[in-house]
Amino acid sequence: MTDVHALSGAYAIDALDDAERAQFEQHLALCDDCRAEVASLQEAGAELATTTMTTPSAALRARVLADVAQVRPFPPVVPPAGVADLAAHRNRRRRPLLLAVAAAAVVAAVGVGAVVAQPWADEPAVVQALPDPTEAVLAASDAETHATDLPEVDGSATATVVRSRELGQAVIMTQNMPALPSSEVYQLWLRIDGDMEPAGLMTAADSTVLLEGDATDAEAIGVTVEPAGGSARPTTQPVAYVPLETA
Amino acid sequence: MNPIEPLGGGTSSAEVPSSGSTTPAPPGPVTTAELGALLKQAARGDDQAFAVFYDATSSRAFGLALRVVRNPAQAEEVVQEGYLEVWRTAARFDPDQGSAISWLLTLVHRRAVDRVRSAEAASRRDESYHHQNHTVPHDSTADEAHASFEARRVRGALRTLTPIQREALELAYFGGYTHTEVAGMLDLPIGTAKTRIRDGLIRLRDALGVGQTPEEGARA
Repeated sequence: MTDVHALSGAYAIDALDDAERAQFEQHLALCDDCRAEVASLQEAGAELATTTMTTPSAALRARVLADVAQVRPFPPVVPPAGVADLAAHRNRRRRPLLLAVAAAAVVAAVGVGAVVAQPWADEPAVVQALPDPTEAVLAASDAETHATDLPEVDGSATATVVRSRELGQAVIMTQNMPALPSSEVYQLWLRIDGDMEPAGLMTAADSTVLLEGDATDAEAIGVTVEPAGGSARPTTQPVAYVPLETA
Repeated sequence: MNPIEPLGGGTSSAEVPSSGSTTPAPPGPVTTAELGALLKQAARGDDQAFAVFYDATSSRAFGLALRVVRNPAQAEEVVQEGYLEVWRTAARFDPDQGSAISWLLTLVHRRAVDRVRSAEAASRRDESYHHQNHTVPHDSTADEAHASFEARRVRGALRTLTPIQREALELAYFGGYTHTEVAGMLDLPIGTAKTRIRDGLIRLRDALGVGQTPEEGARA
């Protein structure tokens, strides 16, 4: 017991190995004192960064602001009616983390609905807010996000890939992809061990797609233009190629 | 609240009313509470507020990432991903759980550490810890940091730590090493580095007076 608590400082500044980190996070979910202590020690750790300030390049600022111009923030964490009582109850019991995760999943669903469909479709987006794998990936606590411009496709085209290793899945969200003639289709690929594995098809309008296949060890996501129906292997140069973090 | 305009290099004086500014130079142009408010605006899709947030925090985020991953291009990637995550999840930020700057830097630090560990795992194992310089060099960024009131305050607080606490803390935070690796590097018995790190952080926290939430006081 005392031993586990003693990991709070190392956890707060990421000085645990993966196994210890996972173990401590289990403890953290149950220990209010440790959560409060970790938060306060993270504040202290963050102060250390003031001793090593370095102004980044203007190019980085431009890239960050270009990113945010292309990505919609998740809506606020507002539990749907009927969950509110439970939410208040949980809050009182100091389980804000779990609630936030659950609510974020719901909330992400609303966001995805709005992105996929016409923003002001006839049906309220909430009606579509059923949990599905796409939303789960977007709301995953370990979601990694990679955004890129697609100048080869169109000056304004962008792709954002979100991958959750825990869920083993990835989602691609595109904007301003030009429509293709009916004889062609955008095909998605997972690069695994250097091979491009087919991961589904995408139309220009269908801008948020869950990739087929296990993305856990994917090194990159590619998009090519293929004959309608797709191909077994890429037959053209990728119009988009998004490298992912490798384990 | 400040006017929401992207900050240029020297607009900070515009935020401090010139009348009655007899107090010493403030630690930074944007306060903790203002950063939190900017995130709240960002969560509503206000990218100008996010730009102000970026301008107020990016030298800390980038300096931290650079210190941990060493490679400027990789540090930029870490920072870019970090800010995008902050933007996406700004609505989840809860000022009662901690400050906005801590939230950002914790996230950037985690990404930076994950990156050096995965990228350098193999080569690190080949290096002899004992041939490494135990003090992480400061010189590349010393000028900018030195100019900062806040940096001086933190350096002062660091002097209240024992040398072992400070070294363990810096190796873990800036070096991205695990507490077990830190123990090896400092010839500490296994299991004691984590205690040094925790004690050092507690001392730093108390010296700087950060991380004290009302709830914490009530529980104590």
